[in-house]
Amino acid sequence: MEGAEVLGRLNWQFGEVVATQRETDRAKSITLSVPDWSGHRAGQHVDLRLTSEDGYHAERSYSIASAPEDRPRVTITVERIETGEVSPYLTDELHEGDKLELRGPIGGYFVWEASMGGPLFLVAGGSGIVPLMAMIRHQAASGSSVPTRLLYSSRSLAEIIYRDELERLAQGSKRLEVRHTLTREAPTGWAGYHRRVDADMLREVAWPADKHPLTYICGPTPFVEATATFLAALGYASQRIKTERFGPSG
Amino acid sequence: MENQLDGNASAGTLQAIFPFEMTEVTVTCANCDDSNLIAETVVYMSGMGTIVRCPSCDHALIRIAHAKHRSLLDLHGARVLQFNGDH
Repeated sequence: MEGAEVLGRLNWQFGEVVATQRETDRAKSITLSVPDWSGHRAGQHVDLRLTSEDGYHAERSYSIASAPEDRPRVTITVERIETGEVSPYLTDELHEGDKLELRGPIGGYFVWEASMGGPLFLVAGGSGIVPLMAMIRHQAASGSSVPTRLLYSSRSLAEIIYRDELERLAQGSKRLEVRHTLTREAPTGWAGYHRRVDADMLREVAWPADKHPLTYICGPTPFVEATATFLAALGYASQRIKTERFGPSG
Repeated sequence: MENQLDGNASAGTLQAIFPFEMTEVTVTCANCDDSNLIAETVVYMSGMGTIVRCPSCDHALIRIAHAKHRSLLDLHGARVLQFNGDH
């Protein structure tokens, strides 16, 4: 393992909203221009801080969705949690030109760079796709030849984040394969899987263990634990499986 | 609102105190002696603070409480923090 990198303490800085894009009914991407951005690695996140007029702070962590190559622009994708105190503001009230306070990039464990090789196996549950999308975009932007497979579990077709872009990237590339599974409604004629991720599905989609794949799993805690357990049973080495678990972050 | 997350989410709070990338630091539990990367711990975060728990025995390893103009760091449950590399 590499040494703990000395980075200096993190400071808050401001970014300006330069674009927003609706991804699904509940998810929105927000692109910030951060003048002093030091650059990030795919998989890292930022902390955002909102301050109310009386000085009350609310902080949340959001994974970076954009490729490092987009510097000094940083895109996050936020899923609206109805009862949350931060996400409804970010998805509904934020406009171009607004300033947001952030610190980052943060995290060195759940990170992939093209130089780390592969083959890469990415498994996403719901908005767990966000840091994995940064890896896919980095792979495309860097011209990496690392073969990559994504298995992406969503509740319904309408809740798949980045659906068009993933399709476009997979069509234009021999290196990226994307497989979807839907856990609730599936449209008639749906060609993907229609159930929760299970051992049989992983046996079909995941790289054979003897290819020594590098695996990143991101999603809700039970999804991540189940997927990691199935992969271990398929012979995947635990030190080549990296996980990021999240709960609903309002 | 309290969320169960993992150590990746606590990295910003920790890195506001320690000048290191903290997710790859190894923490040894003072209760069960198990060692894990911070990234692999169980973390609860709320407006009041952050608790980093041992994934093996659920003992509180690190507690950070935020109050007005001050923060409190309790490392009582962490026997050792191991930072790899030359510092």
